[in-house]
Amino acid sequence: MLPRTREEVAVNLQIGQHVMPKLNRRAFVIGSATAAAGLALGFDLPFGGPAVVRAADGASEVNAWVVIRPDDTVVIRIARSEMGQGTLTGLAQLVAEELECDWSKVTTEYPTPGQSIARKRPWGEFTTGGSLGIRASQDYVRQGGATACMMLIQAAANSWKVPASECKAANSVITHTPSGKTTTYGKVAEAAAKLEPPAEVKLKDPKDWTIAGKGLKRLDTVDKTTGKMIYGIDVKLPGMLNAAIKDCPVFGGKVKSFDEAKIAGMKGVKKVLPVGDSAVAVVADTWWHAKTALEALPIVWDEGDNANLSSETIATWLAEGLDDAQPTFIGNQNGDVKAAIAGAAKTVEAIYSYPYQNHATMEPMNATALYTPDKCEVWCGTQDGEAALAAVLDVSGLAAEKIDVHRLMLGGGFGRRVMTDYVRQAVAIAKQMPGTPVKLLWSREEDMQHGKYHPITQCKLTGAFDADNNLVALRYRLSGQSIMLSEGSGAPKNGIDPFVFQGVDQSGEAAIGYSVANLLIDYAMHNPNVPPGFWRGVNLNHNAIYLECFMDELARAAGLEPLAFRRKLMGKHPKHLAVLNAVAEKIGWGTPAPKGIYRGIAQVMGHGSYVAGAAEISVTDGSKIKVHRIVASTDPGYIVNPAQVERQIAGSIVYGLSALFYGGCTVKDGRIEQSNFDTYNSMRINEMPKVETVLMPSGGFWGGVGEPSIGIAAPAVLNAYFAATGKRIRSFPLRDQNSTFA
Amino acid sequence: MTNLKINGKTIAVDVEDDTPLLWAIRENVGLTGTKYGCGIAQCGACTVHIDDAAMRSCGVTVGDAVGKEITTIEGLGANGALHKVQQAWIGNDVPQCGYCQSGMIMAVAALLKENPKPTDDDINDAITNICRCGTFQQVRKAIHAAANA
Repeated sequence: MLPRTREEVAVNLQIGQHVMPKLNRRAFVIGSATAAAGLALGFDLPFGGPAVVRAADGASEVNAWVVIRPDDTVVIRIARSEMGQGTLTGLAQLVAEELECDWSKVTTEYPTPGQSIARKRPWGEFTTGGSLGIRASQDYVRQGGATACMMLIQAAANSWKVPASECKAANSVITHTPSGKTTTYGKVAEAAAKLEPPAEVKLKDPKDWTIAGKGLKRLDTVDKTTGKMIYGIDVKLPGMLNAAIKDCPVFGGKVKSFDEAKIAGMKGVKKVLPVGDSAVAVVADTWWHAKTALEALPIVWDEGDNANLSSETIATWLAEGLDDAQPTFIGNQNGDVKAAIAGAAKTVEAIYSYPYQNHATMEPMNATALYTPDKCEVWCGTQDGEAALAAVLDVSGLAAEKIDVHRLMLGGGFGRRVMTDYVRQAVAIAKQMPGTPVKLLWSREEDMQHGKYHPITQCKLTGAFDADNNLVALRYRLSGQSIMLSEGSGAPKNGIDPFVFQGVDQSGEAAIGYSVANLLIDYAMHNPNVPPGFWRGVNLNHNAIYLECFMDELARAAGLEPLAFRRKLMGKHPKHLAVLNAVAEKIGWGTPAPKGIYRGIAQVMGHGSYVAGAAEISVTDGSKIKVHRIVASTDPGYIVNPAQVERQIAGSIVYGLSALFYGGCTVKDGRIEQSNFDTYNSMRINEMPKVETVLMPSGGFWGGVGEPSIGIAAPAVLNAYFAATGKRIRSFPLRDQNSTFA
Repeated sequence: MTNLKINGKTIAVDVEDDTPLLWAIRENVGLTGTKYGCGIAQCGACTVHIDDAAMRSCGVTVGDAVGKEITTIEGLGANGALHKVQQAWIGNDVPQCGYCQSGMIMAVAALLKENPKPTDDDINDAITNICRCGTFQQVRKAIHAAANA
């Protein structure tokens, strides 16, 4: 119940402090939360070695990242998971760039997390979240490619009995420059694998890239157009059965009883099983039979303490967190806000709120497990192979060397598949049926009602002006849910969560882009008993709306147009300003818009990248919004595949606008009210604006591209909506504000 | 046993007549390119052709499909070549996660059969599939590319 959590919050908060919680380098079971917070665990980099490691087909590993077959095929190992974001292709490009191989001969392969643990983690982190897939591994995967290249050259030089310095490699061919002799990677790979890896490698300057940095086609497209791509839901194993599951619809509730006899005669039904203390599964020959029987199964729930939880009670509780007297911890502070507001010529105040959101991956949660007392294997889509492995370890009770996880293509991740609840359930079911592989698939309804929801928050903002309309103070009080410290998120409950300040931090990879003389940004943690999760973009999403819509409000109050107002505060933030200027220029800010078209702008920094957006919309009848065009700029430092970055930006805008217009999960009687796409809609092609991207990598840092642009989509459109109507919307989704797509 | 005509072949399946065609295709026939997304004909991931019309197979029963020509993504190409929509999808690197794309491609192939040169408005009216990755901009581009192929 709320009060208990609230007391804990009050006890646990260390008011006024702002430190990153210390995380030991525990075993790999630390899992996903750490990486999503931008923390990386160390690991060894044993690139190759005298003992030749064989790939499954007998080809020799040059090192953990690179296998070269005698026919010159290059197999590049990918530790991060592909879920549509293009990481698989981008990482392969980085390895291939340093490897100097023939791109047309490149294929990829997923090592399993079990193999990784057995080999002392040569592939490092498997976590794929926080827009970290490429930026957090670019350095060591490039080293892997460069090391392999040097070893291949050395092997060729040895066979020719010439110095390696006289040889060079390009396009999978090694040439002895003085003599003109050539050989191919496939011919020397076996010998190269036996060499000691070089102690040091030099990586290329990105300006010399020929494979990385180019908009190459994805490596995984063809099978996605023919139906051949195998997702977790498509796994078939000999003798496999199928399971449907129902977890207590009230969070924290339990199963009291179920009447198995009522469905005993139903076609295909093999078993009815408890899963943990809160769920029941029906196992049948087909999933359709399992689901049909499950729907007919009488289940009595003990709904527990949360049965009265509702959106209204949550909103009331979060609103209390906006009170100045509430205990908070501070994320960003300078000057004396209290005094500046007290002495101001004019103040502006607004309260915003942002709802729960479901990830709604197109492929509902699923995992297939096969358990015997000697071995437990799982096949699934996961954003963190090691976290999935840790879940198998825990639930199976078997030793680490007896378990493994086989990763498959994800039918969407968006942060949902960082969590391992569905893996744990699959193993819990399989453990009750030793020797029989069981595929657990959630219905869409189960997926909607048992998500790991975008955290719910409210924000009270106060701006203060002097007599000359200069902004002298900004007060930003956030109240709401912490992903890192909520119950059930696997993180310790004591301590504080600096991650909530994503986008309004003082410095770092999610820093605010404005200088205000007197600034106070703080947070009152209120964790309702609805499980939160990393929802693509994460805390940047609501912070960007709060900050950028309020900046627009302040600009109007100061009598300045929104771009000029922002520019006055951005002198010390040149990279933030550069992306903002870029969208302003491209959309024609300052020149008259076409008749009936209104513009809005926004900028933010998150996941290490600077992004901005400018929207052009029209509004009919005051509420029907047509988003015609969005110009979106990004400076992620370096770009590995510009074609994929453009697609990530366009996709981010769809994700952000779907949430703005149609999203929002509400709570009634302790359960999520939305159950499928009829009540939790998503944008369609007719609602898609024309997205024009401006890629402006300035070098010197590595930012992510899968998430940050979600942040600018909503505020750019909302600010344009104000320009069109004079109305400010501060509560979402628009569906609940009588506004929708035209 | 019920006989279903799928991708030009008659296949006998042991399934109740009220089973959604989607699940018969996936579980009884074993063709998994057709995807489950919602089960209530909202998202379009399960789109197949029934007598050339794009239909959401989660909302069609096996009984309704008997005697009709059913085409799934696996049977869209002909004579060993990919359909022009599949080719345009590859040419424009459309899929992200790809999960919805079988249904999207089937919907577009049916549209082009009926309307070989659709305008943007025609596309907006006919293509209502959900894509959570947000590939719509590339989808539109590829539809025009396929229409002009």
